[in-house]
Amino acid sequence: METPLTSRIRVDKVPVGLAEYEATSGYQGLRKALSMQPTEVTEIVKASNLRGRGGAGFSTGQKWSFIPMGEDAPRPKYVVANGDEMEPGTFKDRVLMEGDPHALIEGMIIASYAIEAEAAYIFLRREYRESAAALARALAEAYEAGYLGRDVLGSGFSLEMHLHLSAGRYMCGEETGLLNSLEGGRANPRDKPPYPALVGLWGKPTIVNNVETLCNVPHILDKGADWYRGLSHTGDGGTKMFGVSGRVKRPGTWELPMGTPIRELLEEHAGGMQDGYKFRGLLPGGASTEFLVEEHLDTPMDFDSLQQHGSRMGTGTMIILDDRKCPVAMQLNLQHFFAQESCGWCTPCWGGLQWVEQILRAMEEGEGSPGDIDILDMHTKRLRMGHTFCALAPGAMEPLQSALQHFRSDFEQHVREKRCAWKLT
Amino acid sequence: MLTAKEREEVDAAVAMSGRRRAACIDAMMSVQAHRGWLSDETLEDLAEYLRMTPAELDSVATFYNLIFRKPVGRHVILVCDSVSCWLLDYETLLDHLKSRLGVDIGGTTSDGRFTLLTSVCLGACDRAPVMMIDGDQYGELTPQSIDSILAEYE
Repeated sequence: METPLTSRIRVDKVPVGLAEYEATSGYQGLRKALSMQPTEVTEIVKASNLRGRGGAGFSTGQKWSFIPMGEDAPRPKYVVANGDEMEPGTFKDRVLMEGDPHALIEGMIIASYAIEAEAAYIFLRREYRESAAALARALAEAYEAGYLGRDVLGSGFSLEMHLHLSAGRYMCGEETGLLNSLEGGRANPRDKPPYPALVGLWGKPTIVNNVETLCNVPHILDKGADWYRGLSHTGDGGTKMFGVSGRVKRPGTWELPMGTPIRELLEEHAGGMQDGYKFRGLLPGGASTEFLVEEHLDTPMDFDSLQQHGSRMGTGTMIILDDRKCPVAMQLNLQHFFAQESCGWCTPCWGGLQWVEQILRAMEEGEGSPGDIDILDMHTKRLRMGHTFCALAPGAMEPLQSALQHFRSDFEQHVREKRCAWKLT
Repeated sequence: MLTAKEREEVDAAVAMSGRRRAACIDAMMSVQAHRGWLSDETLEDLAEYLRMTPAELDSVATFYNLIFRKPVGRHVILVCDSVSCWLLDYETLLDHLKSRLGVDIGGTTSDGRFTLLTSVCLGACDRAPVMMIDGDQYGELTPQSIDSILAEYE
């Protein structure tokens, strides 16, 4: 089984340096890209069926193809890597940036060439200190070796790349919030359309891609779209960084074929539940995805399969709920996060999420009222996409709506008995 | 007044982004690295230097979790309170830290040594429960390991 994203990552965790990277076909994808027309590069990425690894799963090649090209296109254009990994339960981009930083840089150079960008930014959360150090060193090496700066490898293409360390806020992971933050403002979302491909950073055409997405690009260019699609068990191309956290024996991340069944991840790779804990449910890809339960465990982890079961792959890093933790209290933890991180830009989001958090807290403290579950149900309908500028509140409703479906009796018990049964054991 | 060293660092941030305003987050973080936090006076001086109004700069400052507008201790503890750490009982550790330090969340010890804060997911869920002190990350925490970690910070 091939694992292009992680095969270079060293056991001792020392970031792969330039010499080692080049010796293992590093920057070969870039060399091939530079021998093609920019639009040909985009076509190859499109043909690979690479879909965005940040959560939304949009076709990467298609996203690039929305960028205005040619002499009349607005300039400068920008490529931004979204390394603001703050989705609760997600710890995959960090592994790639710490272990193999040149892969991200090479992917960004190829993306920049494909859309004829002049500048690229790595937007990184400041808490990822090891990632920042690895990337800063790799950037210096890449400039020194002529992969960045004026006239990259004598191709006539020039690119400047910068590393930006965020001051911390979940909203920075939303692509238009990220752009506002990069411009030195609050990370409120922007109204869409226009999408960043037309009006992005400083009003210019901009591509924002997740770190893992970009790390795939060098391999696709080096080995081709057919090879890449062949790595997957399903129609979505490639491998995927999967992760498991919670009360399992071996929490961690693994690169596996797209479409690997949930059960294999949970039982084989994560070693199953810890002794004394039983599985109750899981969020397949971070906090803002829908709960899946026992009957869903044979579902393949890919974008379309999970959608068919009413959930989303999200970031592909799953969070396991065990039987010794209260589903209502877990929901309170999740909704506290979303309410706190809401930027306050839209009323349904800041007002609605605070209300949801208050109700859940009351339930947990034995002060729930009979109508409370109806109010929670109402929020799952009112905080839908289209009622807010961005996906934060709709994302927050995914675990709530599905918890009310799968664990409804737990919510009802809290209200009926006016207590949380887990607190007394 | 910004010191010469602070001005030099802010200038470098401005040069990198090419626009004064765009550098304001980097600028606040570098000044905070020297002073621990941003007082009203510091914020006003920095705003003037960046040619922004203090209100504009404060609206940015108060948006971000890692920019401190109140005094903090010599070391800042960030305890992850997101879902994976919750599943691994981070609350027990937070209670331990509170009683050990004698402060609540947001509080600073009377000797000015530690400020205790919670943080959103620190992205190390396989090592939950996790905390960070001044940028150093610690995982698989227990009350015992916390005690020996704290001893390393004067």
